[in-house]
Amino acid sequence: MSIQGKAAIAGVYEHPLRWAPHKTQYQIMAESGRGALEDAGLTLKDVDGLFTSGVSGMGIVSLAEHLNLNPSYLDSNSIGGSSFVSHTGHAAAAIAAGYCNVALILYGSKWSSDRFAIGTGGAGGGDPSEQFENCYGPTTVGDYALTAQRHMHEFGTTSEQLAEIAVVTRRHASLNPLAKFRDPITVQDVLTSRLVSSPLHLLDCCMISDGGGAIVVTSAERARDLRKKPVHILSAAESCYHTSAGMRDLTDAAAKQSGPTALARAGVAHKDIDMAMIYDSFTITVLVTLESLGFCKKGEGGSFIQNGRIGLGGELPINTDGGGLSSNHPGMRGIFLVIEATKQLRGECGERQVKDCQLAFCHGTGGTLGLRHSGASLVLGI
Amino acid sequence: MAEEKKYKKPLPRIDEENKPFWEACARHELYLQKCRSCGKTFYYARGFCPEDLSPDLDWVKCSGKGTVYTFTVTRQNQSAGFRDNLPYVMAYVELEEGVRMLTNIVGCKPEEVKIGMPVEVTFEDATPEISIPLFQPATK
Ligand SMILES: [Zn+2]
Repeated sequence: MSIQGKAAIAGVYEHPLRWAPHKTQYQIMAESGRGALEDAGLTLKDVDGLFTSGVSGMGIVSLAEHLNLNPSYLDSNSIGGSSFVSHTGHAAAAIAAGYCNVALILYGSKWSSDRFAIGTGGAGGGDPSEQFENCYGPTTVGDYALTAQRHMHEFGTTSEQLAEIAVVTRRHASLNPLAKFRDPITVQDVLTSRLVSSPLHLLDCCMISDGGGAIVVTSAERARDLRKKPVHILSAAESCYHTSAGMRDLTDAAAKQSGPTALARAGVAHKDIDMAMIYDSFTITVLVTLESLGFCKKGEGGSFIQNGRIGLGGELPINTDGGGLSSNHPGMRGIFLVIEATKQLRGECGERQVKDCQLAFCHGTGGTLGLRHSGASLVLGI
Repeated sequence: MAEEKKYKKPLPRIDEENKPFWEACARHELYLQKCRSCGKTFYYARGFCPEDLSPDLDWVKCSGKGTVYTFTVTRQNQSAGFRDNLPYVMAYVELEEGVRMLTNIVGCKPEEVKIGMPVEVTFEDATPEISIPLFQPATK
């Protein structure tokens, strides 16, 4: 069974706050849900599928309770920041199978105001692999830095090239009124920001903010008569890469498995994609993901991202909202990839609008490139 | 007892699968597992082969030698045991036996660490029962 053409995104909402100490996580989710349902022209009573991540083990049931919902389909797949990209694909499949009609995907987080040190705090989990890792001081930044260092060694990728990604992303943020950091930066600014974990500088890293968002997915048929132009979910694919029993090539990402699969399932090629939302936890995440997805050859990401190619007006504009590097990153960013791609496809992005945007690619990375991570790819079209 | 108090980094949780590995480390010996059924050598320690799920495994003593596959000099980590030891080098070392393991590089300045650098295992006694395998520049 293919999901192609069976489900569509009918509503989206990005919570405007980046700092929300006066709200609860569940309140951010409810406010986002209200916004997305209003965007779609639907109400809470229409919702029969509920999706979330970033809550406690059984938190999705508490969320349903908090919203006073009795959904017939629940999914709190938790694979890191990519979770919400994954939820969008799962929602499309559930709708195609007839398991629900209106899916609401919710995210809310206060990781900034809660002072959660996701990037540079220690690791302390009980999973089997962690017993061979936590004693060595892995941090999120450090885990990605391991990939960056190896990529530089094998392919000659430079800190200047990584910095260029942060610079372009900041330029996009300057066109997004909601973005947290909007003042332009230069390559030199990135290179002179302090090293957090070599070779990654502070400005190679995404921020930690508060925030949230929501997505409404329904059948293509139903979406046709709703408030906004439907954005069709053409395909979805997932994957995970890990330490591979000691044999992992650190310069590859899970995107290598899910990306080509998603393109093939949608029946489109790289050159057909008008814009891409690439999870940018760090500059290196973008570079390795673009290579792994096949937008350029392995090792050539450093030159691929140069000369305006990934900026607005370029061949493949990415992260037009300003990304996690400059707009927002409340711990997990997957939902914003789908929200921004949807707005671009609807032509609602104002100054940062990609011209004639008909086909968008989203790829979420959850976890860390250096240890283990998930990948979730999505092809969306108008 | 004083030594136990001093060591603040997280300790591995010893379980049925990884116990022989950590017992060997306590004797300052580094062991890998090799599957008797398919011949696969792997890291980290498991109770089965991650190629064919066979429980029929041999413990193989490593030479303790390898090269740095990649590394990072971590300058920020707020957690206990690490915040007082900045900067430190976290690395993947590729062992002579072919597998890559996460570790720390010690015994040299962080700026001296390079990819491809020959290293050898050394052990830090965290508690009387637990020693952590680390790597230092090879002596010969
Ligand atoms: Zn085997």
